[in-house]
Amino acid sequence: MNKFIVSPSPHAYTDQSVSKLMYGVIISLLPALAVSVWFFGIGMIVVSAVSVASCILFEYLIQRYIMKVKPTHLDGSAVLTGLLLAFCLPSNLPFWIVMIGALAAVGIGKMTFGGLGNNIFNPALVGRVFLFISFPVAMTAWPEVGQWMKYTDAVTGATPLGMMKEGLAFNTVGEIMPELPSFLHLLTGKMMGSSGEVSALALLAGMLFMMYRKIISWHIPISILLTVFVFTGALWLANPDRFADPLFHLLSGGLMLGAIYMATDYVTSPMTGKGMIIYGVGIGVVTVLIRTFGAYPEGVQFAILIFNGFTPLINKFVKPKRFGKEVNRG
Amino acid sequence: MHPPEHKLSSGLAIEELPLPDVVVIPVSQHLGAPAKVLVNRGDQVKIGQLIAQSEGFVSTNIHSSVSGKVLKVDQFLDSSGYKKMAVQIQVEGEVWEENIDRTDDLVRNTVLKSEAIRKKILEAGIVGLGGATFPSHVKLMVPKGKTAEYVIINGVECEPYLTADHALMIERTEEVFAGIQVLMKGLGVDKAIVGIENNKPDAIQKMKQIAQGSQMQVQVQGLKVKYPQGGEKQLVQALLKREVPSGGLPIDVGVVVFNVGTALAAYEAVNKNRPLIDRVVTVTGKSLKKPSNFLVRIGTPVSYLVEKAGGLPGDTAKVVNGGPMMGKALSTLDVPVVKGSSGILLISEDEARRKELLPCIRCTKCVTVCPMGLEPYLMMTLSERSLFERMEGEKVMDCIECGSCSYTCPSSRPLLDYIRLGKAQVGKIMRARKAV
Repeated sequence: MNKFIVSPSPHAYTDQSVSKLMYGVIISLLPALAVSVWFFGIGMIVVSAVSVASCILFEYLIQRYIMKVKPTHLDGSAVLTGLLLAFCLPSNLPFWIVMIGALAAVGIGKMTFGGLGNNIFNPALVGRVFLFISFPVAMTAWPEVGQWMKYTDAVTGATPLGMMKEGLAFNTVGEIMPELPSFLHLLTGKMMGSSGEVSALALLAGMLFMMYRKIISWHIPISILLTVFVFTGALWLANPDRFADPLFHLLSGGLMLGAIYMATDYVTSPMTGKGMIIYGVGIGVVTVLIRTFGAYPEGVQFAILIFNGFTPLINKFVKPKRFGKEVNRG
Repeated sequence: MHPPEHKLSSGLAIEELPLPDVVVIPVSQHLGAPAKVLVNRGDQVKIGQLIAQSEGFVSTNIHSSVSGKVLKVDQFLDSSGYKKMAVQIQVEGEVWEENIDRTDDLVRNTVLKSEAIRKKILEAGIVGLGGATFPSHVKLMVPKGKTAEYVIINGVECEPYLTADHALMIERTEEVFAGIQVLMKGLGVDKAIVGIENNKPDAIQKMKQIAQGSQMQVQVQGLKVKYPQGGEKQLVQALLKREVPSGGLPIDVGVVVFNVGTALAAYEAVNKNRPLIDRVVTVTGKSLKKPSNFLVRIGTPVSYLVEKAGGLPGDTAKVVNGGPMMGKALSTLDVPVVKGSSGILLISEDEARRKELLPCIRCTKCVTVCPMGLEPYLMMTLSERSLFERMEGEKVMDCIECGSCSYTCPSSRPLLDYIRLGKAQVGKIMRARKAV
C-alpha cells in the first residue's frame, strides 16, 4: 500500500526563494561594483570585502551565540547588507571602522529586531548613519578617483554636492558649475563620493535588471527620482542662481543608490503600489529639503530612514483595491 | 500570475475507458444535501437508473453509471478523505435505461421551455463540472429582483496540467454549443460568451467556427493566459468588465457562469435524455507513462485510471484530485471518480514536499497576485494570533482559495492554510451573530 503525502492545496510552488531574490539583487549590483573598482581601485576592494565578511560573521555569531537559533548567514541577506553598506562608505575608510559599521548594521539594524523580516529600518543605512555620526571626519573625506593602489593614504577632496553646498554660501550656481564634474562624468561616475554611489549609469542598469527579473517594481525608484526631479526643477526655475538644476540633483550624491537599492528594501518599504508611491514621494521631498535647505549636503539616507519609520503606518492605511464593491444584503 | 502550464495531455483524443469490475457511487457528489439512497443490496440496476434522489433545494439526483448488482450500500472512503454513504455495484453486462437516446445524432434544437429544462437538469443530476459541483438547476433559478442577461461559458481551464475541457471543446464542439443553447433557454437569456485562454488556439478556432454558423448570439472570446482566470468572478470581470460584489454571486451583475463540461452535460440531459453518468478526466503527471484524457464512468476507482495511464510511477509521493492549484490530495488511490473529478495528478517526491518555512520578508508578491485584492501576509499574521474579527474586517471571506499567495511566496509560507483557518473561524462568528 502506498503512503501518499496529504496536504492542503496548492500543490505547486514557485521556484523563487528568498536566497534567489537576494542573490538577484547582488548580481544587479555587479556593474556598479565594477565601475567603483575601476575608479577607486584597491580601496573599494578592501572596504567591500571587509564589509561583506564582517556582516556575515556578525550575523553568524549573533544568531549562534546570542539568539541561539540556526544561523542563516549565507541566505544572501547579510552579503547584500554588507555590499550596500560598503557602497555608501568612502573607499579610504580604515577597515576597523568598516567593521564597526557592519556590527551596527547587522547587530543594531537587523538582529535587535529579531532578524530578517522584522527590522524597521534599512540595516545598511543604520550602519552608515552610525558611522557618519561617530566618525564625521573619516566619513566625509572622499578619495579622488584614479588612485588605484592607494587605500587610506589616498588624496581626498569634496563631493559635487558638498562643493555646491559650500559654494552657495558666497557664489551663485552659475559660478560653481564650472568647478564641478561634467554631466558625462556625473553619469558614468567619475566623481568623488561614497564608493558605490558614483555611477548613475551602472545603478540604472541594475534597476532595469531587477525590474526585468521582477525583483522590484517601478513604484519606489521612479516615484523618488521623479519627485526629486520635479521639486528641484521647480526650485531651479524659480531661482537658477540659488538652486542647482534638476539633472545635477538626480545624478549626484547617493540619490540613485538610495532610490534604487536602499528605499526598495522589501522589509522596510510599503506593501502596495499606492503605498510605495506615497513613500517614494515622501523620500524625494525630504531629500530635496535636506539638500537645499538643511545643514547636510546630502539627505537621501535620512529621508529613507524617516520613511522606513512611516512604512507600518502607510501599510495600515493604504490598502490594495479590493475586488467587488460591498453591498448591503439585509 | 502565470505558473508553468505542464499541459502534458494537451491535444490528446478523449479515450473511452472500458468498464471496471466494480464501481462505488457516493450519494454526495455535489454541494448541498446528500441524496437519499433508493436501492438495496442485491437489487439489479441499469445504466442511467436513478439510485439516489435529491433531498432538499440544494441537492441533486444520482444515477447508476453501470448495469449490474448492488453489492453494498455502505460508508466508503471518497476523495474528501472521509467515509460517506455510497452504493457499490458489481458490473454485469451493459443494460441501459430504455428512454436514453444513445445514438450519435445531434439534436440541435430544444423544444422545452425554461421550467421543463430546469426539471430535466435536476432529474439528470447535473452539477458544475469545473470542480465546484454546485447543482446546476439551482443556478438556473434567478432569484427575485435579479435578472439574467448573459450566460458565460467557462472554457478557461487555467489550472496547470488539466486538459479535459480543452479536449471537449475540440471533440464535442457541436454538442457543447447545443448545451449552451439549452442553458440560455433555461435561463431565458439571448446572449452568451465563451471565455477560452489563448493557450488553446485550436479550441478557440473551432468554437468560433461553430459560433459563426449558428443562429444563436454566442460570442467566443480568447483571453490572456492568467491564473486564476477560471474563477467565476475573475472570468466575469475579464469578459464583461463587471465586478461581482463582495459576498455576492455573478447573478448580482446579471450573469450566470457554467463550465463547458456542464454545457455538454446539460445537452445530454435535456436533448438526449441522458443523466450524468460519466465525465472526462485528465490523468497526468511528469513521470506518468501515458498522460491521458479519459471518458470515465462515475464511480470508477482512481487506481483503475492510473493503471490505464501506464501504472503508478515509482516516484509518486502525492496524488491530487483536480489540478495542482486547487485540487485535493488523496490519501489512497482506492477512491471513486466523482462528478467533480476534473483530473488526477501524480506528483513526485521532490515536488510534493513543502520547502522550509522562512520569515516573511514583505516582498509584496502575495499582495500583488491576490485576485481579490487582499493582503495574504497580513491575514496569516492575524490568523496566527487568533485576531479573527480583524480578519473579517480585512475581507477574509472574499478569498476564493485559488492558492496564488502560497504558490508565489519565496519564503514558502503556508498563507492559504492560515487563511482557511481564519475563514472557518470567521464563518463561526458570523453564524453566531445571525443566531442572536
